[in-house]
Amino acid sequence: MSQPDLIPHLFRTEYRKITAVLSKRFGLEHIEIAQDIASDTFLQASETWGINGLPENPTAWLYVVAKNKAKDYLKRNTLFNEKIAQQITYEQNGAETSGAEIDIDLSDRNITDSQLQMMFAICHPSIPAEAQIGLSLHILCGFGVNEIAAAFLTNKETINKRLFRAREKLRSSQVKIEFPEASEIQNRLENVLTTLYLLFNEGYYASGRDVTLRKDVCLEAVRLTNLLLESKLTSLPPVYALLALMCFHASRFEARIDSEGETVLYEDQDEKLWDEDLIRQGELFLNQSSSGNVLSKYHLEAGIAYFHTIKNDTKEKWESILQLYNQLLINEYSPMAALNRTYALSKANGKEIAIKEAEKLNLTTHHLYHALLGELYTGIDNNKAADHFRKSLDLTNSKADQKVILKKLSAISS
Amino acid sequence: MKDFLLIFRSPEHTGPDASPEEMQAHMKLWMDWFGSIAAQNKLSSRGNRLVHDGKVVRPGQVITDGPYTEIKESIGGFTIVKAESLDEAAAIASSCPILLDGGNVEVREIAI
Repeated sequence: MSQPDLIPHLFRTEYRKITAVLSKRFGLEHIEIAQDIASDTFLQASETWGINGLPENPTAWLYVVAKNKAKDYLKRNTLFNEKIAQQITYEQNGAETSGAEIDIDLSDRNITDSQLQMMFAICHPSIPAEAQIGLSLHILCGFGVNEIAAAFLTNKETINKRLFRAREKLRSSQVKIEFPEASEIQNRLENVLTTLYLLFNEGYYASGRDVTLRKDVCLEAVRLTNLLLESKLTSLPPVYALLALMCFHASRFEARIDSEGETVLYEDQDEKLWDEDLIRQGELFLNQSSSGNVLSKYHLEAGIAYFHTIKNDTKEKWESILQLYNQLLINEYSPMAALNRTYALSKANGKEIAIKEAEKLNLTTHHLYHALLGELYTGIDNNKAADHFRKSLDLTNSKADQKVILKKLSAISS
Repeated sequence: MKDFLLIFRSPEHTGPDASPEEMQAHMKLWMDWFGSIAAQNKLSSRGNRLVHDGKVVRPGQVITDGPYTEIKESIGGFTIVKAESLDEAAAIASSCPILLDGGNVEVREIAI
Protein backbone atom coordinates (compact mmCIF):
# COMPACT_ATOMS: atom_id res chain seq x y z
CA MET A 1 0.00 0.00 0.00
CA SER A 2 1.41 3.41 -0.95
CA GLN A 3 1.70 6.13 1.63
CA PRO A 4 -1.28 8.26 0.52
CA ASP A 5 -3.55 5.18 0.80
CA LEU A 6 -1.94 3.93 3.96
CA ILE A 7 -2.80 6.82 6.26
CA PRO A 8 -6.57 6.79 5.59
CA HIS A 9 -6.46 3.02 5.91
CA LEU A 10 -4.62 3.14 9.22
CA PHE A 11 -6.91 5.90 10.39
CA ARG A 12 -9.86 3.57 9.86
CA THR A 13 -8.27 0.66 11.68
CA GLU A 14 -6.13 2.33 14.38
CA TYR A 15 -7.86 5.59 15.34
CA ARG A 16 -10.67 3.76 17.11
CA LYS A 17 -8.25 1.44 18.92
CA ILE A 18 -6.18 4.30 20.28
CA THR A 19 -9.34 6.21 21.23
CA ALA A 20 -10.83 3.20 23.01
CA VAL A 21 -7.69 2.42 24.99
CA LEU A 22 -7.08 6.05 26.00
CA SER A 23 -10.72 6.68 26.90
CA LYS A 24 -10.71 3.61 29.06
CA ARG A 25 -7.55 4.85 30.78
CA PHE A 26 -8.78 8.42 31.27
CA GLY A 27 -12.45 7.64 31.85
CA LEU A 28 -15.30 8.17 29.43
CA GLU A 29 -15.89 11.71 30.64
CA HIS A 30 -12.61 12.69 28.96
CA ILE A 31 -13.32 11.00 25.66
CA GLU A 32 -12.70 14.19 23.64
CA ILE A 33 -9.15 14.34 24.96
CA ALA A 34 -8.63 10.74 23.89
CA GLN A 35 -10.01 11.56 20.46
CA ASP A 36 -7.81 14.67 20.19
CA ILE A 37 -4.69 12.71 21.05
CA ALA A 38 -5.59 10.05 18.49
CA SER A 39 -6.20 12.73 15.83
CA ASP A 40 -2.93 14.50 16.69
CA THR A 41 -1.08 11.23 16.31
CA PHE A 42 -2.33 10.89 12.75
CA LEU A 43 -1.54 14.51 11.99
CA GLN A 44 2.01 13.95 13.11
CA ALA A 45 2.19 10.72 11.09
CA SER A 46 1.21 12.46 7.88
CA GLU A 47 3.78 15.20 8.46
CA THR A 48 6.66 12.99 9.57
CA TRP A 49 6.10 10.19 7.08
CA GLY A 50 5.84 12.74 4.29
CA ILE A 51 9.34 14.01 5.10
CA ASN A 52 11.13 10.92 6.41
CA GLY A 53 9.29 8.20 4.54
CA LEU A 54 7.36 5.33 6.07
CA PRO A 55 8.61 3.82 9.32
CA GLU A 56 9.30 0.09 9.35
CA ASN A 57 6.20 -0.71 11.37
CA PRO A 58 3.68 2.12 10.90
CA THR A 59 1.18 0.74 13.42
CA ALA A 60 3.79 0.38 16.15
CA TRP A 61 4.98 3.90 15.32
CA LEU A 62 1.45 5.22 15.83
CA TYR A 63 1.15 3.47 19.18
CA VAL A 64 4.45 4.84 20.44
CA VAL A 65 3.53 8.37 19.39
CA ALA A 66 0.04 8.07 20.87
CA LYS A 67 1.48 6.81 24.14
CA ASN A 68 3.98 9.67 24.32
CA LYS A 69 1.32 12.21 23.50
CA ALA A 70 -0.91 10.79 26.20
CA LYS A 71 1.90 10.99 28.73
CA ASP A 72 2.87 14.52 27.63
CA TYR A 73 -0.66 15.56 28.00
CA LEU A 74 -0.83 14.17 31.50
CA LYS A 75 2.35 15.99 32.46
CA ARG A 76 1.32 19.31 30.93
CA ASN A 77 -2.25 19.59 31.85
CA THR A 78 -2.93 20.72 35.37
CA LEU A 79 -6.54 19.63 35.30
CA PHE A 80 -5.37 16.23 34.29
CA ASN A 81 -2.66 16.11 36.89
CA GLU A 82 -4.99 17.14 39.63
CA LYS A 83 -7.97 15.05 38.69
CA ILE A 84 -7.31 12.08 36.49
CA ALA A 85 -3.65 11.42 37.14
CA GLN A 86 -4.42 11.28 40.84
CA GLN A 87 -7.25 8.95 40.19
CA ILE A 88 -5.07 6.71 38.05
CA THR A 89 -2.31 6.82 40.65
CA TYR A 90 -4.82 5.84 43.25
CA GLU A 91 -5.99 2.94 41.12
CA GLN A 92 -2.42 1.77 40.85
CA ASN A 93 -2.44 1.16 44.61
CA GLY A 94 -1.00 4.52 45.51
CA ALA A 95 2.35 3.76 43.93
CA GLU A 96 4.61 6.75 43.44
CA THR A 97 3.70 7.49 39.88
CA SER A 98 3.68 10.75 38.08
CA GLY A 99 2.09 11.20 34.66
CA ALA A 100 5.32 10.22 32.94
CA GLU A 101 5.34 6.69 34.29
CA ILE A 102 1.73 5.89 33.73
CA ASP A 103 1.46 2.90 31.47
CA ILE A 104 -0.72 3.09 28.40
CA ASP A 105 -1.46 -0.53 27.50
CA LEU A 106 -1.72 -0.91 23.73
CA SER A 107 -1.52 -4.69 23.68
CA ASP A 108 -3.85 -6.64 21.37
CA ARG A 109 -5.83 -7.97 24.32
CA ASN A 110 -6.38 -4.57 25.87
CA ILE A 111 -7.24 -3.04 22.49
CA THR A 112 -9.92 -5.68 21.88
CA ASP A 113 -11.28 -5.47 25.42
CA SER A 114 -11.30 -1.66 25.37
CA GLN A 115 -13.23 -1.62 22.11
CA LEU A 116 -15.74 -4.18 23.35
CA GLN A 117 -16.20 -2.30 26.60
CA MET A 118 -16.56 0.94 24.66
CA MET A 119 -19.29 -0.75 22.64
CA PHE A 120 -21.19 -1.57 25.82
CA ALA A 121 -20.69 1.98 27.08
CA ILE A 122 -22.02 3.56 23.87
CA CYS A 123 -24.96 1.17 23.75
CA HIS A 124 -25.91 2.08 27.31
CA PRO A 125 -29.72 2.14 27.75
CA SER A 126 -29.58 5.82 28.77
CA ILE A 127 -28.38 6.91 25.29
CA PRO A 128 -31.05 7.41 22.58
CA ALA A 129 -30.82 4.93 19.69
CA GLU A 130 -30.00 7.54 17.05
CA ALA A 131 -27.15 8.89 19.13
CA GLN A 132 -25.85 5.36 19.75
CA ILE A 133 -25.50 4.83 16.01
CA GLY A 134 -23.78 8.19 15.55
CA LEU A 135 -21.39 7.55 18.43
CA SER A 136 -20.68 4.05 17.13
CA LEU A 137 -19.77 5.39 13.70
CA HIS A 138 -17.65 8.15 15.21
CA ILE A 139 -15.85 6.38 18.03
CA LEU A 140 -15.92 2.71 17.09
CA CYS A 141 -15.63 3.05 13.32
CA GLY A 142 -13.54 6.20 12.98
CA PHE A 143 -16.03 7.93 10.66
CA GLY A 144 -15.69 11.69 10.37
CA VAL A 145 -18.59 14.01 11.14
CA ASN A 146 -19.00 14.71 7.41
CA GLU A 147 -19.32 11.05 6.58
CA ILE A 148 -21.83 10.48 9.37
CA ALA A 149 -23.84 13.48 8.15
CA ALA A 150 -23.84 11.99 4.64
CA ALA A 151 -24.90 8.60 5.97
CA PHE A 152 -27.82 10.16 7.87
CA LEU A 153 -28.68 12.55 5.01
CA THR A 154 -28.28 15.55 7.27
CA ASN A 155 -25.73 18.30 7.89
CA LYS A 156 -22.58 18.52 9.93
CA GLU A 157 -24.11 20.79 12.58
CA THR A 158 -26.92 18.37 13.35
CA ILE A 159 -24.49 15.50 13.77
CA ASN A 160 -22.13 17.60 15.89
CA LYS A 161 -25.01 18.55 18.17
CA ARG A 162 -26.21 14.97 18.36
CA LEU A 163 -22.74 13.68 19.24
CA PHE A 164 -22.25 16.46 21.78
CA ARG A 165 -25.53 15.64 23.52
CA ALA A 166 -24.72 11.94 23.47
CA ARG A 167 -21.34 12.55 25.10
CA GLU A 168 -22.96 14.78 27.70
CA LYS A 169 -25.40 11.97 28.40
CA LEU A 170 -22.56 9.47 28.78
CA ARG A 171 -20.98 11.85 31.24
CA SER A 172 -24.09 12.65 33.26
CA SER A 173 -25.12 9.00 33.43
CA GLN A 174 -21.59 8.20 34.59
CA VAL A 175 -21.28 5.37 32.11
CA LYS A 176 -18.05 3.44 32.58
CA ILE A 177 -15.93 1.68 29.97
CA GLU A 178 -16.14 -1.81 31.40
CA PHE A 179 -17.87 -5.12 30.83
CA PRO A 180 -21.28 -5.32 32.49
CA GLU A 181 -21.73 -7.74 35.37
CA ALA A 182 -22.03 -11.35 34.18
CA SER A 183 -25.67 -11.37 35.28
CA GLU A 184 -26.35 -8.29 33.17
CA ILE A 185 -24.48 -9.34 30.02
CA GLN A 186 -27.51 -10.88 28.30
CA ASN A 187 -29.61 -7.75 28.72
CA ARG A 188 -26.91 -5.29 27.82
CA LEU A 189 -25.81 -7.41 24.87
CA GLU A 190 -29.32 -7.12 23.50
CA ASN A 191 -28.85 -3.35 23.35
CA VAL A 192 -25.50 -3.72 21.64
CA LEU A 193 -26.97 -6.10 19.06
CA THR A 194 -29.88 -3.76 18.38
CA THR A 195 -27.47 -0.91 17.68
CA LEU A 196 -25.31 -3.07 15.40
CA TYR A 197 -28.44 -4.25 13.61
CA LEU A 198 -29.61 -0.64 13.11
CA LEU A 199 -26.13 0.39 12.02
CA PHE A 200 -26.14 -2.34 9.38
CA ASN A 201 -29.63 -1.38 8.21
CA GLU A 202 -28.61 2.28 8.01
CA GLY A 203 -26.06 1.26 5.41
CA TYR A 204 -28.17 -1.41 3.74
CA TYR A 205 -31.56 0.21 3.32
CA ALA A 206 -30.82 3.93 3.07
CA SER A 207 -31.46 4.55 -0.61
CA GLY A 208 -30.09 7.21 -2.93
CA ARG A 209 -26.92 7.86 -0.97
CA ASP A 210 -23.25 7.32 -1.66
CA VAL A 211 -23.02 3.58 -2.38
CA THR A 212 -19.41 3.18 -1.27
CA LEU A 213 -20.14 4.90 2.02
CA ARG A 214 -23.20 2.71 2.58
CA LYS A 215 -21.19 -0.42 1.96
CA ASP A 216 -18.56 0.81 4.41
CA VAL A 217 -21.22 1.29 7.08
CA CYS A 218 -22.41 -2.30 6.52
CA LEU A 219 -18.88 -3.69 6.66
CA GLU A 220 -18.19 -1.77 9.86
CA ALA A 221 -21.31 -3.26 11.44
CA VAL A 222 -20.05 -6.71 10.42
CA ARG A 223 -16.61 -5.98 11.83
CA LEU A 224 -17.99 -4.80 15.18
CA THR A 225 -20.26 -7.85 15.43
CA ASN A 226 -17.25 -10.03 14.66
CA LEU A 227 -15.39 -8.31 17.48
CA LEU A 228 -18.03 -9.61 19.92
CA LEU A 229 -16.96 -13.14 19.01
CA GLU A 230 -13.47 -12.43 20.32
CA SER A 231 -14.52 -12.49 23.94
CA LYS A 232 -15.94 -15.53 25.72
CA LEU A 233 -18.35 -13.22 27.54
CA THR A 234 -20.04 -12.10 24.37
CA SER A 235 -19.61 -14.89 21.81
CA LEU A 236 -23.19 -16.05 22.32
CA PRO A 237 -25.68 -17.65 19.89
CA PRO A 238 -27.61 -14.43 19.04
CA VAL A 239 -24.30 -12.78 18.02
CA TYR A 240 -23.60 -15.62 15.56
CA ALA A 241 -27.18 -15.34 14.30
CA LEU A 242 -26.88 -11.57 13.72
CA LEU A 243 -23.60 -12.09 11.92
CA ALA A 244 -25.20 -14.77 9.70
CA LEU A 245 -28.03 -12.34 8.93
CA MET A 246 -25.57 -9.60 7.97
CA CYS A 247 -23.55 -11.95 5.76
CA PHE A 248 -26.64 -13.16 3.88
CA HIS A 249 -27.84 -9.60 3.30
CA ALA A 250 -24.40 -8.28 2.39
CA SER A 251 -24.02 -11.10 -0.16
CA ARG A 252 -26.57 -9.30 -2.32
CA PHE A 253 -25.05 -5.85 -1.96
CA GLU A 254 -23.67 -5.71 -5.51
CA ALA A 255 -26.77 -7.25 -7.06
CA ARG A 256 -29.34 -5.00 -5.42
CA ILE A 257 -28.00 -1.65 -6.61
CA ASP A 258 -27.36 -1.00 -10.29
CA SER A 259 -24.65 1.19 -11.81
CA GLU A 260 -26.84 4.29 -11.38
CA GLY A 261 -27.39 3.61 -7.71
CA GLU A 262 -30.98 2.45 -8.30
CA THR A 263 -32.55 -0.38 -6.31
CA VAL A 264 -32.85 -3.70 -8.13
CA LEU A 265 -35.72 -5.78 -6.75
CA TYR A 266 -34.96 -9.24 -5.44
CA GLU A 267 -36.71 -11.07 -8.27
CA ASP A 268 -34.83 -9.02 -10.89
CA GLN A 269 -31.40 -9.54 -9.39
CA ASP A 270 -28.65 -11.33 -11.27
CA GLU A 271 -27.70 -14.08 -8.85
CA LYS A 272 -24.27 -14.31 -10.44
CA LEU A 273 -23.56 -11.07 -8.61
CA TRP A 274 -24.40 -12.63 -5.26
CA ASP A 275 -21.29 -13.11 -3.17
CA GLU A 276 -20.92 -16.87 -2.70
CA ASP A 277 -18.19 -16.50 -0.07
CA LEU A 278 -20.39 -14.35 2.14
CA ILE A 279 -23.26 -16.83 1.74
CA ARG A 280 -20.97 -19.69 2.86
CA GLN A 281 -19.74 -17.61 5.79
CA GLY A 282 -23.33 -16.85 6.73
CA GLU A 283 -24.19 -20.56 6.66
CA LEU A 284 -21.24 -21.28 8.92
CA PHE A 285 -22.33 -18.62 11.42
CA LEU A 286 -25.93 -19.82 11.25
CA ASN A 287 -24.78 -23.34 12.18
CA GLN A 288 -22.74 -21.95 15.05
CA SER A 289 -25.74 -19.95 16.25
CA SER A 290 -27.82 -23.05 16.82
CA SER A 291 -26.48 -23.97 20.26
CA GLY A 292 -28.35 -23.18 23.44
CA ASN A 293 -32.09 -22.79 23.73
CA VAL A 294 -32.63 -19.13 22.89
CA LEU A 295 -34.34 -18.47 19.56
CA SER A 296 -33.69 -14.77 19.08
CA LYS A 297 -35.23 -12.61 16.40
CA TYR A 298 -31.83 -12.65 14.74
CA HIS A 299 -32.08 -16.44 14.39
CA LEU A 300 -35.46 -16.08 12.70
CA GLU A 301 -34.35 -13.23 10.45
CA ALA A 302 -31.14 -15.04 9.56
CA GLY A 303 -33.28 -18.05 8.62
CA ILE A 304 -35.43 -15.87 6.37
CA ALA A 305 -32.34 -14.29 4.82
CA TYR A 306 -30.85 -17.76 4.30
CA PHE A 307 -33.84 -18.90 2.24
CA HIS A 308 -33.49 -15.76 0.14
CA THR A 309 -30.03 -16.90 -0.91
CA ILE A 310 -31.74 -19.75 -2.78
CA LYS A 311 -32.82 -18.25 -6.08
CA ASN A 312 -35.28 -20.97 -7.14
CA ASP A 313 -38.84 -20.03 -6.29
CA THR A 314 -40.15 -23.26 -4.80
CA LYS A 315 -43.25 -23.66 -2.67
CA GLU A 316 -41.07 -25.19 0.06
CA LYS A 317 -38.81 -22.16 0.15
CA TRP A 318 -41.74 -19.79 0.63
CA GLU A 319 -43.43 -22.12 3.09
CA SER A 320 -40.27 -22.04 5.22
CA ILE A 321 -40.09 -18.26 4.94
CA LEU A 322 -43.78 -17.97 5.87
CA GLN A 323 -43.32 -20.08 9.00
CA LEU A 324 -40.31 -18.01 10.07
CA TYR A 325 -42.32 -14.81 9.64
CA ASN A 326 -45.20 -16.35 11.60
CA GLN A 327 -42.79 -17.05 14.43
CA LEU A 328 -41.19 -13.61 14.21
CA LEU A 329 -44.60 -11.91 14.45
CA ILE A 330 -45.80 -14.13 17.27
CA ASN A 331 -42.70 -13.04 19.22
CA GLU A 332 -42.95 -9.36 18.32
CA TYR A 333 -45.15 -7.35 15.95
CA SER A 334 -43.70 -5.02 13.36
CA PRO A 335 -45.47 -3.56 10.29
CA MET A 336 -42.65 -4.61 7.95
CA ALA A 337 -42.78 -8.20 9.20
CA ALA A 338 -46.58 -8.19 8.77
CA LEU A 339 -46.25 -7.00 5.15
CA ASN A 340 -43.45 -9.43 4.34
CA ARG A 341 -45.33 -12.28 5.95
CA THR A 342 -48.31 -11.58 3.73
CA TYR A 343 -46.09 -11.61 0.64
CA ALA A 344 -44.64 -14.98 1.71
CA LEU A 345 -48.21 -16.18 2.31
CA SER A 346 -49.13 -15.34 -1.28
CA LYS A 347 -46.15 -17.35 -2.52
CA ALA A 348 -46.89 -20.31 -0.25
CA ASN A 349 -50.71 -20.38 -0.06
CA GLY A 350 -51.78 -18.37 -3.11
CA LYS A 351 -52.73 -14.77 -3.89
CA GLU A 352 -56.46 -15.02 -3.04
CA ILE A 353 -55.74 -16.07 0.54
CA ALA A 354 -53.04 -13.43 0.84
CA ILE A 355 -55.37 -10.65 -0.39
CA LYS A 356 -57.92 -11.52 2.31
CA GLU A 357 -55.17 -11.49 4.93
CA ALA A 358 -53.65 -8.26 3.60
CA GLU A 359 -56.96 -6.45 3.87
CA LYS A 360 -57.08 -7.25 7.59
CA LEU A 361 -53.70 -5.66 8.25
CA ASN A 362 -54.94 -2.15 9.00
CA LEU A 363 -51.84 -0.47 7.57
CA THR A 364 -53.66 1.70 5.02
CA THR A 365 -51.46 4.72 5.69
CA HIS A 366 -48.28 2.78 4.86
CA HIS A 367 -47.15 3.12 1.23
CA LEU A 368 -45.71 -0.38 1.19
CA TYR A 369 -49.10 -1.76 2.25
CA HIS A 370 -50.58 -0.47 -1.01
CA ALA A 371 -47.54 -1.60 -2.97
CA LEU A 372 -48.12 -5.10 -1.59
CA LEU A 373 -51.82 -5.07 -2.48
CA GLY A 374 -50.96 -3.75 -5.93
CA GLU A 375 -48.59 -6.66 -6.33
CA LEU A 376 -51.17 -9.19 -5.08
CA TYR A 377 -53.97 -7.86 -7.31
CA THR A 378 -51.72 -7.82 -10.38
CA GLY A 379 -53.04 -10.51 -12.74
CA ILE A 380 -56.21 -10.94 -10.67
CA ASP A 381 -57.77 -7.49 -10.96
CA ASN A 382 -55.41 -5.07 -12.68
CA ASN A 383 -57.70 -2.08 -12.07
CA LYS A 384 -57.58 -2.62 -8.34
CA ALA A 385 -53.85 -3.24 -8.61
CA ALA A 386 -53.39 0.12 -10.37
CA ASP A 387 -55.47 1.89 -7.72
CA HIS A 388 -53.26 0.54 -4.98
CA PHE A 389 -50.04 1.37 -6.81
CA ARG A 390 -51.29 4.96 -7.25
CA LYS A 391 -52.19 5.23 -3.57
CA SER A 392 -48.76 3.93 -2.73
CA LEU A 393 -47.15 6.60 -4.93
CA ASP A 394 -49.12 9.30 -3.13
CA LEU A 395 -47.94 8.11 0.24
CA THR A 396 -44.19 8.03 -0.31
CA ASN A 397 -41.44 10.59 -0.81
CA SER A 398 -38.79 7.98 -1.44
CA LYS A 399 -37.55 8.44 -5.00
CA ALA A 400 -36.27 4.88 -5.14
CA ASP A 401 -39.63 3.42 -4.09
CA GLN A 402 -41.51 5.70 -6.49
CA LYS A 403 -39.43 4.46 -9.41
CA VAL A 404 -40.08 0.82 -8.54
CA ILE A 405 -43.83 1.42 -8.19
CA LEU A 406 -44.03 3.39 -11.46
CA LYS A 407 -42.33 0.51 -13.24
CA LYS A 408 -44.91 -1.94 -11.85
CA LEU A 409 -47.74 0.42 -12.74
CA SER A 410 -46.63 0.79 -16.33
CA ALA A 411 -46.21 -2.99 -16.64
CA ILE A 412 -49.91 -3.57 -15.92
CA SER A 413 -51.21 -0.58 -17.89
CA SER A 414 -49.58 -1.64 -21.16
CA MET B 1 -58.47 -2.65 22.67
CA LYS B 2 -59.50 -5.26 25.19
CA ASP B 3 -58.08 -8.68 25.86
CA PHE B 4 -60.13 -11.76 25.08
CA LEU B 5 -59.39 -15.30 26.15
CA LEU B 6 -59.96 -17.93 23.48
CA ILE B 7 -60.46 -21.39 24.94
CA PHE B 8 -60.04 -24.27 22.51
CA ARG B 9 -62.19 -27.32 23.10
CA SER B 10 -62.13 -30.49 21.09
CA PRO B 11 -64.09 -33.71 21.24
CA GLU B 12 -62.40 -36.60 22.96
CA HIS B 13 -59.98 -38.19 20.56
CA THR B 14 -60.86 -41.76 19.57
CA GLY B 15 -59.51 -42.43 16.06
CA PRO B 16 -56.00 -43.58 15.08
CA ASP B 17 -53.04 -41.28 15.73
CA ALA B 18 -52.20 -38.82 12.99
CA SER B 19 -49.25 -39.55 10.68
CA PRO B 20 -46.25 -37.21 10.85
CA GLU B 21 -47.37 -35.61 7.57
CA GLU B 22 -50.84 -35.01 8.92
CA MET B 23 -49.40 -33.58 12.11
CA GLN B 24 -47.20 -31.23 10.10
CA ALA B 25 -50.10 -30.08 7.94
CA HIS B 26 -52.11 -29.55 11.11
CA MET B 27 -49.29 -27.57 12.68
CA LYS B 28 -49.08 -25.34 9.60
CA LEU B 29 -52.79 -24.48 9.88
CA TRP B 30 -52.28 -23.42 13.47
CA MET B 31 -49.09 -21.47 12.82
CA ASP B 32 -50.67 -19.66 9.84
CA TRP B 33 -53.63 -18.79 12.03
CA PHE B 34 -51.42 -17.44 14.83
CA GLY B 35 -49.31 -15.63 12.24
CA SER B 36 -52.43 -14.04 10.79
CA ILE B 37 -53.54 -12.71 14.18
CA ALA B 38 -50.03 -11.53 15.00
CA ALA B 39 -49.72 -9.78 11.60
CA GLN B 40 -52.78 -7.73 12.57
CA ASN B 41 -51.03 -6.88 15.84
CA LYS B 42 -53.86 -8.55 17.73
CA LEU B 43 -52.04 -11.37 19.46
CA SER B 44 -51.73 -10.55 23.14
CA SER B 45 -50.30 -13.87 24.24
CA ARG B 46 -49.93 -16.99 22.21
CA GLY B 47 -50.95 -18.91 25.32
CA ASN B 48 -50.27 -22.59 25.75
CA ARG B 49 -51.44 -26.01 24.80
CA LEU B 50 -52.52 -28.30 27.59
CA VAL B 51 -51.49 -31.93 27.88
CA HIS B 52 -54.30 -34.41 27.75
CA ASP B 53 -54.11 -35.82 31.29
CA GLY B 54 -55.55 -33.95 34.24
CA LYS B 55 -57.25 -34.33 37.56
CA VAL B 56 -60.34 -32.72 38.95
CA VAL B 57 -60.43 -31.92 42.63
CA ARG B 58 -63.80 -31.62 44.39
CA PRO B 59 -64.76 -30.87 47.97
CA GLY B 60 -64.38 -33.74 50.38
CA GLN B 61 -61.06 -35.14 49.06
CA VAL B 62 -62.73 -36.31 45.86
CA ILE B 63 -60.07 -36.37 43.15
CA THR B 64 -60.81 -37.92 39.80
CA ASP B 65 -58.65 -38.52 36.74
CA GLY B 66 -59.47 -36.41 33.75
CA PRO B 67 -61.79 -33.48 33.65
CA TYR B 68 -64.36 -35.27 31.48
CA THR B 69 -66.66 -37.00 33.85
CA GLU B 70 -69.64 -35.14 32.54
CA ILE B 71 -68.58 -33.64 29.22
CA LYS B 72 -67.18 -35.48 26.23
CA GLU B 73 -64.78 -32.73 25.22
CA SER B 74 -61.55 -31.39 26.66
CA ILE B 75 -59.78 -28.06 26.76
CA GLY B 76 -56.75 -28.33 24.49
CA GLY B 77 -55.30 -24.88 25.02
CA PHE B 78 -55.84 -21.16 25.18
CA THR B 79 -54.72 -17.91 23.54
CA ILE B 80 -55.29 -14.26 24.35
CA VAL B 81 -56.16 -11.84 21.54
CA LYS B 82 -56.73 -8.08 21.41
CA ALA B 83 -59.99 -6.80 19.93
CA GLU B 84 -62.33 -3.82 20.15
CA SER B 85 -65.40 -5.93 20.87
CA LEU B 86 -66.63 -9.42 21.62
CA ASP B 87 -67.86 -9.62 18.03
CA GLU B 88 -64.45 -8.82 16.65
CA ALA B 89 -62.83 -11.43 18.92
CA ALA B 90 -65.41 -13.96 17.77
CA ALA B 91 -64.60 -13.09 14.14
CA ILE B 92 -60.94 -13.85 14.83
CA ALA B 93 -61.94 -17.16 16.41
CA SER B 94 -64.10 -18.06 13.41
CA SER B 95 -61.03 -19.01 11.36
CA CYS B 96 -59.44 -21.11 14.11
CA PRO B 97 -58.29 -24.50 12.74
CA ILE B 98 -59.92 -26.34 15.64
CA LEU B 99 -63.29 -25.78 13.96
CA LEU B 100 -62.15 -28.07 11.12
CA ASP B 101 -61.71 -30.93 13.65
CA GLY B 102 -65.15 -30.66 15.17
CA GLY B 103 -63.90 -28.58 18.07
CA ASN B 104 -65.09 -25.19 19.26
CA VAL B 105 -63.72 -21.95 20.68
CA GLU B 106 -65.12 -20.19 23.70
CA VAL B 107 -64.50 -16.43 23.59
CA ARG B 108 -64.48 -14.51 26.87
CA GLU B 109 -63.50 -10.96 27.65
CA ILE B 110 -60.89 -10.68 30.35
CA ALA B 111 -62.06 -8.37 33.12
CA ILE B 112 -59.56 -5.74 34.20
